[in-house]
Amino acid sequence: MSELKKIATRESYGNTLAELGAEHENIVVLDADLAAATKTSVFQKVFPERHIDCGIAEANMTGIAAGLATCGYVPFISSFAMFAAGRAYEQVRNSIGYPHLNVKIAATHAGISVGEDGASHQCNEDIALMRAIPGMTVINPADDVEARAAVKAAYEHEGPVYLRLGRLAVPVINDEAEYRFELGKGIMLRDGSDCTVIATGLCVYEALSAAERLAENGIQARVINIHTIKPLDEEIVICAAKETGRIFTVEEHSVIGGLGAAVAEVLSEKCPTKLTRIGVNDVFGESGPAKELLHKYRLDAEGIAGRIGDEMR
Amino acid sequence: MNKSELEKMALEVRKGIVSAVHSAKAGHPGGSLSAAEIFTYLYFEEMNIDPADPKNEDRDRFVLSKGHTAPGLYSALANRGFFPVQDLLTLRHTGSYLQGHPDMKNIPGVDMSSGSLGQGVSCAVGMALAGKMQGKDYRVYALCGDGEIEEGQIWEAAMFAGFRKLDNLCVIVDNNHLQIDGPVDKVCSPYPIDRKFESFNFHVINIDGNDFDELKKAFDEAKTVKGMPTAIVARTVKGKGVSFMEHAVDWHGKAPNDEEYAIAMEDLRKAGEALCQN
Repeated sequence: MSELKKIATRESYGNTLAELGAEHENIVVLDADLAAATKTSVFQKVFPERHIDCGIAEANMTGIAAGLATCGYVPFISSFAMFAAGRAYEQVRNSIGYPHLNVKIAATHAGISVGEDGASHQCNEDIALMRAIPGMTVINPADDVEARAAVKAAYEHEGPVYLRLGRLAVPVINDEAEYRFELGKGIMLRDGSDCTVIATGLCVYEALSAAERLAENGIQARVINIHTIKPLDEEIVICAAKETGRIFTVEEHSVIGGLGAAVAEVLSEKCPTKLTRIGVNDVFGESGPAKELLHKYRLDAEGIAGRIGDEMR
Repeated sequence: MNKSELEKMALEVRKGIVSAVHSAKAGHPGGSLSAAEIFTYLYFEEMNIDPADPKNEDRDRFVLSKGHTAPGLYSALANRGFFPVQDLLTLRHTGSYLQGHPDMKNIPGVDMSSGSLGQGVSCAVGMALAGKMQGKDYRVYALCGDGEIEEGQIWEAAMFAGFRKLDNLCVIVDNNHLQIDGPVDKVCSPYPIDRKFESFNFHVINIDGNDFDELKKAFDEAKTVKGMPTAIVARTVKGKGVSFMEHAVDWHGKAPNDEEYAIAMEDLRKAGEALCQN
């Protein structure tokens, strides 16, 4: 799979915004002095009058979006996940979540794949924070095809949406012609009978690669892509638990509160099954090239396959 | 409404505040009473609103950034006809739509949910920006507390509003001088409030916020200002109109018991009588 084209989901976001902006005049895009990095600059070039740079003031940006939404606009607000979900958490919760306003929070630079900027900018807690807000939809696309579909689905969905996007260019694993995005529905990418690997975001590609390695060692792993973490596709999770009997979750997020926790909640209540949460193990990240960090934190194919192999022994 | 009618209505708004908080056995009478004239002027004179059509796209908007003074807003809305006045007695009761802090989803006439201090001006800025972008001529009003402006987000919003020249935005600061822990200038002084807003490129008007003549003058002036938002710094008396609550920090967030309630309503009844004799 090494020859796959690579693109960062933040690029997919910027490109899709520009496309959607042409179709829908009610889309406005807000940024907090990071337009070049979040790629809202792509929209800004085409629709400067509908791009609002709020300066380095994420809390205010979040509130402005809420006000715009009450007047019929569909605001997309962007910053790094650390600031969109972290700094402005309470504004998202109280000014957007509580009144259930139609604002889309598109947070880029999520997880340790931020790379060199280090722990202060590597948000491994955003899924946990956003998932806990009543009525919030949480989406974490795996590649360019899925991210573009997710941005469109977020627009079509009435209500607040958190879109988790990445800085790192990641392989395009979905086939544009065949791909269908359905909010709240997981996708089985590979079948297997020995265990199931449920992954999200850039870890989906790594999990698929890990499954290939595992197959070489006689372990047949099912691989499921969960792009919508909330609402979670409980059916696909429970079905995998019943059919394979062993679950692994993989995410570039803390093992506390993210995909692993969401899957654990469903399984422990509805289908108790042995589960291993693979993710960032309740630690802060650090500086380094993204690929090296994913390797060091064992979130690349090698690390994932190694962990699953150890656990399945 | 003329001044006398507004003064009588402000007394009705105050009665609603006191009754609601007494019924709830909890709530914030002090800052609701200090702003009673502001609520009354906005909802009975200043704002272009229609209780029969509370979501009209062209209406003026109001954001109660100091959301804990919801009893004041609710009493004004009820007296203006957005919902029955007797419903005020369900404030904070389990199952009531009159939540402890404003809830735009369930309360007719509430334009923005609020309550967590510091967030409302940003939302008002969003509404004002929307008006500019859509070419509509509605105005947006936001009411803050003088303690509330210790929150940094207020100044993020002020910076944006001044920079973007949102002259359809009017921020009112209820300068009743008291916050929960004491006088604002003893806790973490926000003074000088007027010069702060001026430096954020606001047109600033200082008034006595319990005086309808001054409120009228200020709001009329704000409408004539072009190219910058207006901040009205309204000096008020916390607990205004209820003898034992005036200037008393203890009445920030406490409900009167039955005996205190009777005294408070008697104070307001007598004030009504005095108005009728004038």
